[in-house]
Amino acid sequence: MALRLRSSTSKSNFLNILRYNNLGFGTASHAARHLRTHDPTLLRVSQNPISRFCNTMAEKLSSVGENEDANAQVMDFPGGKVAFTPEIQFISESSKERVPCYRVLDDNGQLITNSHFVQVSEEVAVKMYSDMVTLQIMDNIFYEAQRQGRLSFYATTIGEEAINIASAAALSPQDVIFPQYREPGVLLWRGFTLQEFANQCFGNKSDNGKGRQMPVHYGSNKLNYFTVSATIATQLPNAVGAAYSLKMDKKDACAVTYFGDGGSSEGDFHAALNFAAVMEAPVLFICRNNGWAISTPTSDQFRSDGLVVKGRAYGIRSIRVDGNDALAMYSAVHTAREMAISEERPILIEALTYRVGHHSTSDDSTRYRSADEIEWWNKARNPLSRFRTWIESSGWWSDEEESDLRSRVKKEMLEALRVAEKTEKPNLENMFSDVYDVPPLNLREQERQVRQTIKSHPQDYPSDVPL
Amino acid sequence: MSSIIHGAGAATALSTFNPVDSKKLTNLSVRSQRYIVAGSEASKKKSFGSALTVRHSQKLIPNAVATKEADTSTSTGHELLLFEALQEGLEEEMDRDANVCVMGEDVGHYGGSYKVTKGLADKFGDLRVLDTPICENAFTGMAIGAAMTGLRPVIEGMNMGFLLLAFNQISNNCGMLHYTSGGQFTIPVVIRGPGGVGRQLGAEHSQRLESYFQSIPGIQMVACSTPYNAKGLMKAAIRSENPVILFEHVLLYNLKEKIPDEDYICNLEEAEMVRPGEHITILTYSRMRYHVMQAAKTLVNKGYDPEVIDIRSLKPFDLHTIGNSVKKTHRVLIVEECMRTGGIGASLTAAINENFHDYLDAPVMCLSSQDVPTPYAGTLEEWTVVQPAQIVTAVEQLCQ
Repeated sequence: MALRLRSSTSKSNFLNILRYNNLGFGTASHAARHLRTHDPTLLRVSQNPISRFCNTMAEKLSSVGENEDANAQVMDFPGGKVAFTPEIQFISESSKERVPCYRVLDDNGQLITNSHFVQVSEEVAVKMYSDMVTLQIMDNIFYEAQRQGRLSFYATTIGEEAINIASAAALSPQDVIFPQYREPGVLLWRGFTLQEFANQCFGNKSDNGKGRQMPVHYGSNKLNYFTVSATIATQLPNAVGAAYSLKMDKKDACAVTYFGDGGSSEGDFHAALNFAAVMEAPVLFICRNNGWAISTPTSDQFRSDGLVVKGRAYGIRSIRVDGNDALAMYSAVHTAREMAISEERPILIEALTYRVGHHSTSDDSTRYRSADEIEWWNKARNPLSRFRTWIESSGWWSDEEESDLRSRVKKEMLEALRVAEKTEKPNLENMFSDVYDVPPLNLREQERQVRQTIKSHPQDYPSDVPL
Repeated sequence: MSSIIHGAGAATALSTFNPVDSKKLTNLSVRSQRYIVAGSEASKKKSFGSALTVRHSQKLIPNAVATKEADTSTSTGHELLLFEALQEGLEEEMDRDANVCVMGEDVGHYGGSYKVTKGLADKFGDLRVLDTPICENAFTGMAIGAAMTGLRPVIEGMNMGFLLLAFNQISNNCGMLHYTSGGQFTIPVVIRGPGGVGRQLGAEHSQRLESYFQSIPGIQMVACSTPYNAKGLMKAAIRSENPVILFEHVLLYNLKEKIPDEDYICNLEEAEMVRPGEHITILTYSRMRYHVMQAAKTLVNKGYDPEVIDIRSLKPFDLHTIGNSVKKTHRVLIVEECMRTGGIGASLTAAINENFHDYLDAPVMCLSSQDVPTPYAGTLEEWTVVQPAQIVTAVEQLCQ
């Protein structure tokens, strides 16, 4: 409810009422800050152009001076008006029906009649599909490389390609991404090459992370994709901070962060959502609810109806999407992004999907789930095949193009692997640089000691790490 | 030529202190070149070098009270309290760089629990001085994310003990991301807030966390103790590209001192020579500096000549200044408010033993608080903190 005060006398009368009613304002400027106004020329007490308006006081103030009808009594608790009820009523722990899931393509990749979706051009659709295929092939090859001992570690994104690629396609290059670790597809969409992926996985000197992180912990300043930090859900508050920064700079961009069903249990998830809502920050929280957090199924992770219902608890608009439906993902993220930026609000998107691969190469998921379940999701609910059916029916794709693409990517991938494997590792100096902006005395001393040790025991130092 | 400056005066909480040599120290390390104090032209011409060139004769110093430096070339300066100095530094940096912002609990309209951010929200707006909900991990994480996108946030922990909740973000993200991203992202945040034992604040609000953060690679830690160095360190920390944790002390906020009008910063990696001396090196920081100076008065009356250094930089230690002092006096006493086990004193002892073993005539002694949670009862609380009498006894023991 907006209070428009047309003249300074009415304003001062009003402020007197505030003081009289002892609503706890210390000064007139403090009080003025709490009054909602849509007209910037009114009530401009403080000089600064950027102010947050607290809407709790506005509702409270609107009841000042109204007649109090005993039957419609409300209590002005801090936080707004609340109606009373003489019945002892508990809000149920779950609603009768689960929140429905938005999808556009059915299980067979056919467009559902009367579905709402954002139209995708042929160019974008073909790029989306190609990138999904590339991601799938890249995952398979890297996984095999790890099994062969060429790579130390890897985590696949199998089954979640649509979430990765379709969400990336719906964003703009200026949107800043805060990933968990199962979103290399977003980087791929933005132009990270297969060679760059391989370089990071091998930690060689061409890696822009300078070989300091484990495989799949990609990062690219240029592509606005923040370096993966292995800790779960810590990227959520970071994303809120980035959104706050974008909002302060009035950029036409939002922050986007990804996390899994498991990540939603971390304290940072709850805090970040709360903060984003209070700060009115333009951030998209995309949850990949893939059913498993290593070996923990969602039934052991939370007892709510998934993630989507949690948004309301924090005052955040939310939607549940079929994560294996690329078109639905695209539409949802596209719409959410517009809302987030124009209305300066966070949006929570729960993408339902399935983690077809193991948690990582250090995990064997057949130990805690049936191989049949995995197989079913891989075949019957495959995001690639559904989308492929749709683009083929639109006349944008064919079998030939499919096999061409696959053989080309495979070749490129194997080559990238070969080159990355042979490339030198970063030199020793990189162990000590970038801890601070300039290496301090103690680190220079420590580097000196390491080099001295290597000099006296050269046979113990690996041959592929230059000094 | 340069006039001799004696160390800072008596350690009562209400007396004024003279700014000492440290602000005119130059060339201590390559990195510090950029941050040499921009003072007036006259002060630049004075070449103090290190405090060691200021030598006294071997006779006893009759008192520990400083003589005022007669310096008519610089402007008169203005007097203010430590929390006002912090606020002034913060405000000046926010004026200077539009990317500097503040976030924390009650920092906005309320002006901060210790009034360090008073008036800033009115001046810079609610977005630049951001009130956050109560979740330290979240707003620390937020600041890190904002820093990675170009802002320079100053995070206020209402009490440093609350930083324990932000430890994950500080250790894993703040300290690491510059390194793990291959230098692609910098995190120029400042984390500040009051810590230390106050007046009956209870165990949970009397934390001395400096030692817990010591090991985190990638961060710097400084502790302020006077209005002069509080403002200087605040400004230097904000301008630094590295994440800096600035430790303030609850009981020092009302210290009064006259500080220069002109723009100045203090070097983040430098220690401060409080009182040059010959017989023993006393290393301390934050509030214990005042207990040490009070003990110094007694010691001087007994005929000792202690050299008192406020180490200020907790990570990394200023081993240059400390080393020079050890080489001169050959005896070291560390006085700190941290707990005995795993405190700042513990690693400082190790560093001194490792680097200056040959120069020591006696084992390094360290006076710290006991390994107990801080009791609430006033008398007990007083005795968990190192008292001047203990310092005097320790010096007498070391100087036998």
